[in-house]
Parts: sequence; structure tokens; C-alpha cells
Amino acid sequence: MKRFLALIPIICGLIALPARADDLPTLSVYTYSSFASDYGPGPAIKKAFEAECACHLDYVTAEDGVVLLSRLRLEGAGSKADVILGIDTNLTAEAAATGLFAPAGVDLSALKLPIAWDDKYFVPFDYGYFAFEYDKTKLPDPPKSLADLVAGHPDAKMLIEDPRSSTPGLGLLLWIKTVYGDGAADAWRKLKPRVLTVSKSWDEAYGLFLKGEAPLVLTYTTSPAYHIIEEKKTQYAVDDFPEGHYLQVEVAGMPAHAPHPDLARKFLAFILTAKFQDAIPETNWMYPVTDVTGGLPSAFPPLPSKTLLVTSPDVAAHRKAWIDEWLGAMSE
Amino acid sequence: MVDQPVVDPGPMLELRAVVFRYQDMEMRFDLAVAAGECVAVIGPSGAGKSTLLALIAGFEKPAAGRILVAGRDVTSDPPAARPVTSLFQEHNLFAHLTAAENVGLGIDPGLRLDAAGRAKVGAALAHVGLSGFEGRLPGQLSGGERQRVALARSLVRNRPLLLLDEPFAALGPAQRREMLDLVNALARDRGFTVLFVSHQPDDARHAAGRTLFVRDGRVACDGPTTQLFTPPLPKELAEYLG
Amino acid sequence: MPGIAVALTLLAIVGGSLTALIATVPPDLGAILADRYLHHVLLFTSLQAGLSSLLSVGIALPVARALARRGRFPGRNLLLRLFALPMVMPAVVAVFAIVALYGHGGWLGWLAGGLGLDTGGFLYGLTGILIGHVFFNMPFAARALLAVLEAVPGESWRLAAQLRMSSAQVFRLIEWPALKGALAGVAGLVFMLCFASFTVTLTLGGGPAWASLEAAIYEALRYDFDLGRAAVLALMQLTISGGMLLALHRVLQPAPVSPGLGRAIERPDVVGRCRAAGDAALLVLAALYVGLPVLAVVLSGVGGAVGRVLGSGDTWLAAGIGIAIAAGATLLAVLGALALIAGGQRWRRWGSFQFIGSLPLAASPLAFGAGLFVLLTRLGGSLDDGLFLVALVNGFMGLPYVLRVVAPAAREVGERHDRLCASLGIAGWRRWQLIDLPLLRRPIGLAAGLVAALSIGDLGAIALFGTPRTATLPLLIYQQLAAYRLDQAAATSLLLIGLAFGCFAAIERLLCGPARG
Repeated sequence: MKRFLALIPIICGLIALPARADDLPTLSVYTYSSFASDYGPGPAIKKAFEAECACHLDYVTAEDGVVLLSRLRLEGAGSKADVILGIDTNLTAEAAATGLFAPAGVDLSALKLPIAWDDKYFVPFDYGYFAFEYDKTKLPDPPKSLADLVAGHPDAKMLIEDPRSSTPGLGLLLWIKTVYGDGAADAWRKLKPRVLTVSKSWDEAYGLFLKGEAPLVLTYTTSPAYHIIEEKKTQYAVDDFPEGHYLQVEVAGMPAHAPHPDLARKFLAFILTAKFQDAIPETNWMYPVTDVTGGLPSAFPPLPSKTLLVTSPDVAAHRKAWIDEWLGAMSE
Repeated sequence: MVDQPVVDPGPMLELRAVVFRYQDMEMRFDLAVAAGECVAVIGPSGAGKSTLLALIAGFEKPAAGRILVAGRDVTSDPPAARPVTSLFQEHNLFAHLTAAENVGLGIDPGLRLDAAGRAKVGAALAHVGLSGFEGRLPGQLSGGERQRVALARSLVRNRPLLLLDEPFAALGPAQRREMLDLVNALARDRGFTVLFVSHQPDDARHAAGRTLFVRDGRVACDGPTTQLFTPPLPKELAEYLG
Repeated sequence: MPGIAVALTLLAIVGGSLTALIATVPPDLGAILADRYLHHVLLFTSLQAGLSSLLSVGIALPVARALARRGRFPGRNLLLRLFALPMVMPAVVAVFAIVALYGHGGWLGWLAGGLGLDTGGFLYGLTGILIGHVFFNMPFAARALLAVLEAVPGESWRLAAQLRMSSAQVFRLIEWPALKGALAGVAGLVFMLCFASFTVTLTLGGGPAWASLEAAIYEALRYDFDLGRAAVLALMQLTISGGMLLALHRVLQPAPVSPGLGRAIERPDVVGRCRAAGDAALLVLAALYVGLPVLAVVLSGVGGAVGRVLGSGDTWLAAGIGIAIAAGATLLAVLGALALIAGGQRWRRWGSFQFIGSLPLAASPLAFGAGLFVLLTRLGGSLDDGLFLVALVNGFMGLPYVLRVVAPAAREVGERHDRLCASLGIAGWRRWQLIDLPLLRRPIGLAAGLVAALSIGDLGAIALFGTPRTATLPLLIYQQLAAYRLDQAAATSLLLIGLAFGCFAAIERLLCGPARG
């Protein structure tokens, strides 16, 4: 017992983290945890930015983009966030509507997106398309279109994510909504028997896919590229659906009450430079928003033939109703 | 009436070269007890008194040797098969059962008693001076009353060998003597053979015809109580009594 | 006095955090109560939690009896430690493990395929949820019930032997009265956990049809920022879970027990080869049920990038931070629980104190965490003390476990020594120091091990309050999974399990003394 009590000072020592010794300002970037982790673009970007900004860069992480926004709302005007990086276009209208963001004020001429960008609050930093990845060895005859997927082959079971807790999940919901409109609920009912399960988050669904639980998984078009480049495995592939694929553009913005607004704007401008964008393809496994040095990796697939996107204000207005519709169809 | 030859039925209890190992002590017991005897087992703590009783009852298995009760070899018999009733220092009763139910366990461990069984229970409780106490819970009884209920159970079980392991240790001197007298009376009445462990030598002097002094896992002294306690005392006993 | 203080603090914190949520975004009660999907969720969640608890406890009971009957046998300690492992695993790791066993591509499917049977997709649905919940909860329940059985006085078993009680009679007259009281607490806790379970019910349940109220709370917190709704849902959860706990306590009143403190438990009443074979079979099945998924995690970890993970400084830093947090959480949970137990003893209201101690768990860990976050930001607290908060939250979550494990034993120690202590004038802190603590070392040690395990495997609190510099192993696993690095995640999971195992052994040794059978 006594020895146990002796651990307390050690615990306190470990918890108290050393304070910074110098006078440089610290830029607080709120982002999602996989961006800031050692496996993501975070460390490289931090290093590159600190080299030219005369400052420190600190990441504050949350589970994902949605939680980032919630956190900012909770912290309110007293928040120490200088930059919010990682919400996507499904959320930008709501985010702007909170009044917590200031216009980015950054030159967007280098931007190369599949859609026109006219939002003045947020700066895109990468984008991706949702798709159904399949294992060629398990599914020699994969669905070739969305209609095929919905009508589909009973053995082609798929793993999807819950739109309430996952951005790809929401992406699929909006994708089906865009293609089927009022017939979306019916499409889900037709799809349901072939959904093996719905996961809370992408990593669970993808993990189950890699373990061979089902031959199809909802993920990004760039997912096979990871396996080709890092693991030299070519069995995973994604097909282009003629109806189009849903687009996800991830953005960064500056809160109106940021403690270091000049530094924040500098960072937002930095996003569109090569030092930031070069890191994106092979660490975040998404498409960069400008041209990158040396071009895209060859394993990255060509962009889909058609881009689908619901405007952000529309998403904000109808999301709850659409999710309820999904819940209704899937719980029967 | 033709005279029947008196056949000596042999000792009620015999331990032949019984060996038991506990931690680093080896215990060895060799003794015989005749039917109807009341034997006190005294000695210092850790000497093996309780172990002796546990071996006889079957709660412990000897490493070697044989145990015979009523002429029958019971060494490999489980406790339920031996004609023995044990009483412990405490926890003889189940706290959530009434006195009558606790006694009734001696007739049927499933407590399915018919009218005759219930009458027996009532009679046994009366014998120990607790008539009217049938419905009481152990929590409502004093320490002495609880041990009497346990004695009542030994009556309904009616096994010829009664083993008591310091059952009255928590009682005052007068009450202890009273309980020992009760035990003796019941035993004479039914023909029980009694072995009781006590750490009070006075108990031996008061109630037992024979006393065993156990020390270091062996019976160091064995004899009629009065003789044993008459000076000059054997050396070890004298050391123990101080 | 400390008991009341802790109880009031808990009430204040839980009440405060829920109030903070409601105050920030007031709920639309009418809309909430009319929501049809919500009715569906409440019904199904209650159903699923009820079935899961019934099954978990129903299996734990015979397993605990078998363990108590068998006394010492080679591997007993290993089995008991194995039983503490499911709690360590982050939900996603456990889901992977269960899928590895029972899923399409799993061992069972492969075995069945070899025999020509088709197991189909039996896993994803209510079956999967039950399998998952039993995996998580049965072992803990068995350990808690075993502790109660070991505390039955040795004389009772001897009497049972001498009176020739059958196994059924032993259960009716000795085991059940002893277990009744503890059962209420254990079953109540399992119900609470299954009710609030998110990942297991969603992924193994096959979809939102079986998803729990916790998922609805999550939705309200995340997108809708409907904090008020989240708080109301949490209150509903509290009412149902808490209500179940109180009801169980009412129904399963502890029987009067004559207190005894188990020494090594010898069971002269247990005879018969049939029984021995039956017990052995049951224990082997239980060991396989719990051990095979753990083995799956170990195997996939070993096949993964073990070298790279073990060689990485970040891994060890994460492990160290996890241990530090666990130590803090354990201290908090144990002290809090002891205070509540003291309060329960003093005021003779065991059920109420246990209920209050279980509040943070009953009221949805998500809502509690979020509410705490809001409370702190409103009160101007800085989240730089993130780790301290993580330890705090983990401590609250571990408190109910300590209560379940230590309270029955404490009760008996109390009843045994109350009068003696009163007559000798030993009271208060001195009594704890001289009498209660030394006698309760073993259950406290076991409970401390459980809380440490929970804290090490926790993902919720650290995700909410942590920062990248202060990742713990579960967070690291999550990050690795999100970055396609399944092999590294598998290796880190292996490390996590190994670490947890080491922690129990260390804590139990420290507090209980050398391991006994």
C-alpha cells in the first residue's frame, strides 16, 4: 500500500508537461487526430511551417472534423484555436452560420478543384471521392454502377459506415440521395440485405474488409493506392460508376477570435504552397488542391467521370431529415 | 435366560499410524477410544488438535494410516458416510435459516420434514432447553443458544461419535461448565462417544474422563484426567500449564 | 462523513455536467418524446441489454461455482487473469477479435466449412451483440461472484459435507444466499454497460436497428449540437439503467450472512467424478470463449509489425502515459469507492450508495464526458490539464467496478467486527487503518487491477481530453487504424494486452501479497 502511494509524485511529474522556454508565439491548429498523428501529414507540415514562420505550431486534436466544429462551438469566443483544419463541405455552411469564423482572405488562384470554389471563409486543403473498393480475388464480377450495387448480386456483401458518426457514411447517404432523390429510401431498402454491417467509423469497416469479412467496402477512390504503393498489393480496386461519385472537399478556416490572426492567415496561405500540398497524397491519401511537385503518384486513379456534390446549405437544411429517413429504412 | 457371552465390541474410535503433513510439520496419531468415553483434547495452539478432529471427521485426508469408527475402516470414506457429528467453534448454523430448520438439516439436508420429523426437531430443542425457539433466527440468539441449537442437531442425527472443536470458547466459565454438563448428559442418554477440544484445561478436569495432551502433532500424554492432573505432572504438561 | 462527501460530489458533477448541456442548448422535450425512432431504440436497447445481462450473469454463475468448487488447480490464476482481459480491449479491437472467430472469414467459419456446414452471416445481428456482450461481461461477473463464494465460512462447506447435502441443496442453502446480494449489483452493472454500449451494438448488430441510445446521444452531440437533447436522452438512460439497478437491489436482498473471511477454500462437500468432469468441461469452455478472441488478437499482433512497433519510442511513451493515467484513475476509483462503502456502512443504505457510485456510468459516459467538457470550459478551466481530466473521468468510470468487488467483502468485515471495534473504541480512520484495510487487501487489489485495466484500454476520455503529444496506446491503435496500418494496430493491440496483463500481476502482488490458488 505504501509503495503504491509513493507512485503519486511520479504520476504528477509525468502529467505536468514541460513549458516552452522561448518567446515565440504558438499557433494552435485544431485538426482531426489522424491528420496530426505521426502517420499523417501533420509532422511534415509542422516542420515546414515552423521553419518559415518564427513560431511554434501545436496541434489540438479531436476525433474528426465534425467534433472539431462542436468543440469550437463549446469553447466559444474564448477558444484558443487559431486555425480549424479538417471540416468538410457538408459542414461549411453550418460552420459559417455560427458566426465564429472570419473570412480567410487568402489568394486562391493556385486552386485546382473539380468544382468552382466561391466560399470566402474556408480554404480547401485536399479532396477525395467516395467509392466502393473491392477485393479482386473475392469478387471477380464487381458492381459496375450504383444501380448495379443497389440492385445487385446477393453475394456481394458490403461494409458501410453510419452517417451519424462517420463522414464517409454521410457521404454515401448524400450520394444515394443525389442519384435517387425521392426514391432514396427505396434504394436503401433494396441495399439493406446486402449490407453485412454498419460500422461506427471508417477504420472499423476497413479493418473488417481487409480481414475478409466482406468483399466490398465504402471508402475513398485512393484507398487501393495505399496498398499498391506501401504494400505492393494489387488485389484491391475501385471502379468508376457512371452515375458519378460523391466528392468530399476538406477545408481549413480561421475563427473570428483567433489569438494570432496574422499568423493564422499566414498558415492558411501556406496551405496552398508546395510544402503543404506535397505532403498530402502519400500521407493523407487524398488529392491535393494544387499541382504537386513531381505530379500525382502513378497509383492514384484518374478522377471519376462525374462529380456529385450537395451544396452545403442544402446539407445543413436537410441532413436531419435525410438521416431519419435512412434510419427508418435500415431499421425495418 | 441363557447368559449371552459378552462380546467386546472393540473401541469406538481407532487411529492406527495416521500420518498427516501440514506445511513443515508432520503429525502422527495412534490412539483408541472406547464407546461412551468423554475425552478432552488439550494442548498449545498449532499442536494439531483441530486437525485431529478434522481427520476423524473426514475433512482432511491422512497421508498414511487407517481410521476406524465403530470397527469399520472409514479412512477413504467421505464425511457424510462416517457415523460422526461435528460441532465447530462458530458458524454451525446457517444464518438465514431458523433454529428449527437448522436442526431439521440433521434429518434431511433438503429440509423436507414430515410431521414426525418436525416433532423430533421440537423434542431435540426441548432437550437442550430451547423449547419455543423454533422460529428464531441465529442472529436473534445468544452465542450459547446457538451452540445449543447445534447440539440439538447432533441429537437428531444420532451418530455415535460426537466431535466438538472448541465450541464453547466464546462463553464465560460458568456457562461453559453448564454446556459441558449438558453435553455429558446428552451423551450418556444416547450412548455417544465424545471428543472435545479445548484450550481451557479446567474444561477437561470438569467434564472429561480421559484427557489427551497434544503437542507438536503427537499425543504427548494420554490418561484418565484425574491421574494426569495429579502431581507430579508430566514434564510437557507442566510446561503447558505453567 | 467522507462517504457523504463523495456521494454529494458525484451527484454534483453528474448533475452539473447534464445541466451544463441543457443550459447551453435547451432541449425540445415535445419533439424528443414524440420521436418514433427513439421509441424503437429504447425498446430494442432495453431488450438487448436485458438479454445480454441475463446471459452474461447466467453463465457467470455456474462458472463461478465451478471455480469455487475446484479450489486450487494448475492454471487457475492464469484463468482468473484471462478473465480480466476483455475489459482492457478497446471496443474496436474486441470487435475485430470476435469477428476473427465468428465472422465470415473467421476460424469458426473455416471449421464449419471444412465440415460442409454453412454458418452464413449468423454473427451480425442480435447473436453478434450477445456474443460480444457476454465476452465483455461474463468474465468480470464470474470473478466478482467467485470472490463472494470464497468468503463463505469454511464451516459451511464442512457442514454440507457431513450432512450429505446434494449439489442442489448446497446451492439453495449456502451458495444462493451468499450470492444474492452481490448479484444485484453485478447484474445491474452489466445491464448498465450493455445499455450504454455503442460500437458492439452497431457493428456486431449489423446496423442501426439494434443500435443503442448511446448512438442517439452521440448523434445529438456530434452533428446537431443538440446538447439539450443529448442531456435528456442521458437522463432517460439514467432512469432506465438506474431503475434496473435499484429494482435488482430490491428484489435480490442480501440474505443475513454469518461473516467469514475465506482462507484458502477447501470443499469437502464436493465429491464425485461426474461433477469434476462437468466442472472441468465448463471451465474449459469458459476459458476458450474468453481466450480464443484474445488469442486471435495475439496472433494477428505477432503477425504484424511487432518489431517496428516495439522499437518506436512513441509506443513506449504512450504506454508510460497510459500507466500514469491508470495509476491516477485507480487511486481515485479506489478511494472514492471506499468512501462510499464507508458511507453505506454508516448509514446502512448499501443500495443507494452503490447507485450513486454508478451514476457516471448509468448516465451515458458520452454525455457525462461532454457535459464535463462544457462545465469546465464554462468555468474557465484550461484543458491543458488534459491528462488529469482523463484520469478523473476514468476514475469515475471505474468506481462502480470497485464497489461491486469490494462492497460485499467490506460488508462482512463490518458485520464481523462492528461490535468488537465499538467495544474497544476503535473508530474512524484508525479502524480503517488497523482493521478494515488489512482485511480487505485482497478484494481491493483485485478491484484496483480492474480499474487499471479499464483505464489502460479506454478510448473515450482520452479522445475527448487528450492531445497528440499525450497519446495512450488505445489512441495510438485508433490512429494506426485510421492510417491504413492494420498490422501496426494489431501489434500495438498485442502490446496493450501484454501491458495490461503485467499491470494486474503487479497490482495484485503489491496489494494482495503473493498469489494464492
